Amino acid sequence: MSQPILKAEGLKRHYELKGGMFSSDATVRALDGASFELTPGRTLAVVGESGCGKSTLARVVTMIEPPTEGTLTIEGRKIEPDSVAKDPDLRAKVQIVFQDPYGSLNPRQTIGKTLMEPLKINRPDVSAKEREQRARDMLQMVGLRPEHFERYPHMFSGGQRQRVAVARALMLDPKILVLDEPVSALDLSIQSQILNLLVELQDRLDLAYLFVSHDLSVVRHFCDDLLVMYLGKPVEQGPKDEVFDAPRHPYTKALLSATPQADPRRKRQRIKLQGELPSPMNVPPGCPFNPRCWKATEECRTVVPQLEGGDHRFACFHPLEPGEVPEPKTAEAV
Amino acid sequence: MTDRTAELEPPAIPAQPKPPGPLKEFWNSFKENRGAVIGLCIFAAFLFIAIFAPWIAPYDASEQFRDALLQPPAWQEGGSWQFPLGTDPLGRDMLSRLLHGARFSFFIGIIVVSLSLVTGVVIGVIAGFSPKWADTLIMRVMDIILSFPSLLLALVLVAILGPSLINAMIAIAVVLQPHFVRLTRAAVMSERARDYVTAAKVAGAGRFRIMFLTVLPNCLAPIIVQAALSFSTAVLDAAALGFLGMGAQPPTPEWGTMLAEAREFLLRAWWVVTLPGVCILVTVLAINLMGDGLRDALDPKLKRS
Repeated sequence: MSQPILKAEGLKRHYELKGGMFSSDATVRALDGASFELTPGRTLAVVGESGCGKSTLARVVTMIEPPTEGTLTIEGRKIEPDSVAKDPDLRAKVQIVFQDPYGSLNPRQTIGKTLMEPLKINRPDVSAKEREQRARDMLQMVGLRPEHFERYPHMFSGGQRQRVAVARALMLDPKILVLDEPVSALDLSIQSQILNLLVELQDRLDLAYLFVSHDLSVVRHFCDDLLVMYLGKPVEQGPKDEVFDAPRHPYTKALLSATPQADPRRKRQRIKLQGELPSPMNVPPGCPFNPRCWKATEECRTVVPQLEGGDHRFACFHPLEPGEVPEPKTAEAV
Repeated sequence: MTDRTAELEPPAIPAQPKPPGPLKEFWNSFKENRGAVIGLCIFAAFLFIAIFAPWIAPYDASEQFRDALLQPPAWQEGGSWQFPLGTDPLGRDMLSRLLHGARFSFFIGIIVVSLSLVTGVVIGVIAGFSPKWADTLIMRVMDIILSFPSLLLALVLVAILGPSLINAMIAIAVVLQPHFVRLTRAAVMSERARDYVTAAKVAGAGRFRIMFLTVLPNCLAPIIVQAALSFSTAVLDAAALGFLGMGAQPPTPEWGTMLAEAREFLLRAWWVVTLPGVCILVTVLAINLMGDGLRDALDPKLKRS
């Protein structure tokens, strides 16, 4: 296996909220300590409920926002808050594809201009003619027709727009592509087309993907490794098959049990979690999952469990044993 | 939205007709509004007159005919075709003066609008992108300007600068400019949060590029509408200042100034007062109709219900 291209250690991103006249200041722990590696040709999927910090993680890795704490290392170089401003090449290493293809393309620019813009800004040495040639080649690579070059985004369907967004992200030859829920705004039939395109591009260009998603059936087919997040903290992390087949953290188990299945006759054990997702402004002490966990003990309410283990790591004092069935009082067959 | 199906059609289909360009699309929705088209025609006619006034007008604007003082228009008793719209108290041809007056009105409109548009848009974009304290500062200054009745503020400014057409234009531009600032800032703030702006940032676009090349073109629709409507306000305000003696000075054939000069003849010679007034009315009305059409065509959010 090749060397990891990006290493993240204890990434944190907190937002300070200025309190109004009658409320005190608050800190939103949107991302609270995530460590992982990205390797060329492999995909790390980040899953979790909405509001668990997935998109914040994507933004920090893309260097749109600096981490509050923790380090990000790309190709052995430590990223400082001003590294990007100093070295434009670094910016080109990581690119991002956004969730909403209707908002991520400039409505006043033709597709051609949108594709050429990154080159124009970052590679002034490339001639205008070559720039256009590269953009046209890229258009073909993502499966669009040459006549689309002159068109405006509003003339395209969601799937085509997402292809354009992928093409734009690839214009600078990045090594890492952050995919922030790239298919969740699309139809199912279009989703698979885009996913196939992404797989094909990964093979061809040896890209490292950070795939943010809440759709577990997509993740199952697409990723190599999995990172499960809850309230800004990773709770379980490991190779896809191990996590899917033998989840150790109760939250992972509950999350996996919520995946819809295509077979209506199969009985499935759906774990219904009690209570609401706590606000990231007010994370419960101890294990963040303890108020909703059926195995929580006194220890869980006071001590924060750390992520432990080798390849397959989890942050839980009472991990599930393989084959363990959750207690019937909180589990219901649906 | 026929292009939605484009993904499904077989690639063998020969090249489809080129989709209509943005300009063509704009024209199609603009011409649905009949009032707007009429407004545009009148506006174009006035523009033509303004440009070619010296060649169309039968006489020079300040040429006096001492033997034909206050002569009524041609169709009235005592009128003659030598002066189709009659003459004013100093024996100058009304038609020639009105034609020349169109020049001044357009000159005022264009200068005032471009002055307030450029400064307003630049300040608005800066306010939309700057940190909260600077934004608050800029907007409060604009609020102060807006809190005065516009004509009164313009009068004060002219009184300070001295009455002349140029000073009147500067005053009106200052008065109109906060509207552009507000509009631009609001549009910028809603656009800058969108993903394509972040995407441009990730692509390495600098601050300046994002402000003026990425975000601003997407905010233009309401600004264009505001510019068109400000044009009529500028014409009207300049006429008002002229009427109050604070704008163009006689013998300039500016419509508002002409009104002021002819005030005392209101009962004796209706044409001296009415005709410049009608000119102002028609121009302002035409521009407003056109502006409404522009708004309907450019800004679907503001469409008439």
